[in-house]
Amino acid sequence: MAILLKNTIGPDAADIDKYITDGGYHAVAKAFEMKPADVIDEVKKSGLRGRGGAGFPAGMKWSFAAADPQKPKYLICNADEGEPGTFKDRVILENNAHLLIEGMVISAYALGAEKGYIYLRGEYPKIRDVLLKAIKEAEERDYLGDDIMGKGIVFRLGLHMGAGAYICGEETALIESLEGKRGQPRIKPPFPVNRGFSSKPTVVNNVETLANIPFIVERGGDAYSKIGNPECPGVKLFSVSGHVNKPGVYELPMGVTLREIIYTHCGVGGTGRLKAVIPGGISTPVLTPDKIDCPMDFLNLPKVGSMLGSGAVMVFDDSVDMAKVCLRATKFFEHESCGKCTPCREGVSWMRTILGRIEDGAGRREDLDLLLEISQNILGKTFCPLGDGAAIVVRRFIESFRNDFEGKISKG
Amino acid sequence: MGENMVTVNDRILQEVNEIRNRYHDARSCLLPTIYILQREVGWLSPGALQMVGELLNIPKATVKGVSTFYAMFNHQPMGRHLIQLCTNVACMIMGGEGLSDILKERYGLEPNRTSPDGRFSLVIMECIGACDKAPAMLVDTDLHGNLTGEGMIGILEGYT
Repeated sequence: MAILLKNTIGPDAADIDKYITDGGYHAVAKAFEMKPADVIDEVKKSGLRGRGGAGFPAGMKWSFAAADPQKPKYLICNADEGEPGTFKDRVILENNAHLLIEGMVISAYALGAEKGYIYLRGEYPKIRDVLLKAIKEAEERDYLGDDIMGKGIVFRLGLHMGAGAYICGEETALIESLEGKRGQPRIKPPFPVNRGFSSKPTVVNNVETLANIPFIVERGGDAYSKIGNPECPGVKLFSVSGHVNKPGVYELPMGVTLREIIYTHCGVGGTGRLKAVIPGGISTPVLTPDKIDCPMDFLNLPKVGSMLGSGAVMVFDDSVDMAKVCLRATKFFEHESCGKCTPCREGVSWMRTILGRIEDGAGRREDLDLLLEISQNILGKTFCPLGDGAAIVVRRFIESFRNDFEGKISKG
Repeated sequence: MGENMVTVNDRILQEVNEIRNRYHDARSCLLPTIYILQREVGWLSPGALQMVGELLNIPKATVKGVSTFYAMFNHQPMGRHLIQLCTNVACMIMGGEGLSDILKERYGLEPNRTSPDGRFSLVIMECIGACDKAPAMLVDTDLHGNLTGEGMIGILEGYT
């Protein structure tokens, strides 16, 4: 099953003629024959959840914004893919930009949004050119602009470059950044669907979420809901990295097990002996090998104490020192904390200091308990999930790989 | 301001005007306009920040408050080529750990600094979304993956 990765082979795949020849932009025509509310109903029926990490039902998000009487409304594509381990959106953006644009045109029509932006991370400079070309092509063929397909429908799409801030992947921080501010998250509620960009109703959807829309409209929400786990359906892109023989992006049904991803599709590399897996990007709690029969979806991973996140599977062989990985992950969170909430700004930096001294052989007996206590005091006390992520990650590394830490402390 | 003075030509003015047309307010134009001045001046000198403020009618302090939040805005002079070396977890475990030291040995290059000959600046990056090719770096806008120490130097020798 290739919905998201179809047309991604070959350098001409981002070309609009190739895209149209392969059936592209048919879904827009079909959507325009439907009422906006019926488009939203199809997306609800599909069971599609947001692919950025939180997994919020996409159709429901759209319906909230559509129901808000304020105008104008905005549609923003979150292409600020920054979760370490994640490179799935890159593949869609590089190779199949028109699939994303088509999804956005349909979404904008359903919401009643006449203006939208793609917020692209600064670390993808080459994709900037790909997207600018694709937007121009779509404008020339009247798939974007003031009179789309001669139907009088308006949707103008702009590209906005981020500038190297992980936190801008959080939707309210992204909106702040788009408004020309420091990317610091807002307190919710109000949610962006009611008060987003310029305080107007705004839907922020991930690249992969939007890229699913043309299929859902063309084949129907029911057809999509039959793919993968019925309770959490659809296809999912998994970015697999670390100690595997074939790293890359895999499009697989929701609910595929970690074991199948690692052993059937990729193969364990390095020493060949699995020590740990991070299932959904660095902010999702690490799993030990006894958990890899867990289905990869938004409902099942929480049952084993982790999350699907962005679907970024990071594989570690038994040569890896997990205390060192924990330190590196915590350095990342420290660097990317926006500094707004004290528990995150101070707590994460304190955890990094302690992990650093453990790594340097100067760890103290009480340090592991202290780390657990600090993490407890960050959890649930911040505006956005960055602090929670840092806290849970540290806690889980210590719980699962205590020996890696204690070995250093006793040596020190 | 004196030597820090930055002037803009018609081409830049036109580019800023095009940006103004894409957004309904001047403030949203801030990041795109900072990018333009950084590209033109090479870095965000005090004069460049001043000019951003003048072009958009936004106080310079506000401009600086925003620009300093973002890792890809440079507030010091940069070398001819920018190396953005990823050191996040995937790159670390796949052999990227010693790469920064090799850059120091070979070019006298330290993180957040420019080599003495002005050829390279080095920034240590969080994830650059190339974990399938770890370890990886960006040189200017070019992505290079599956780096080894030797391979990295070979690539960099192509940037003069």
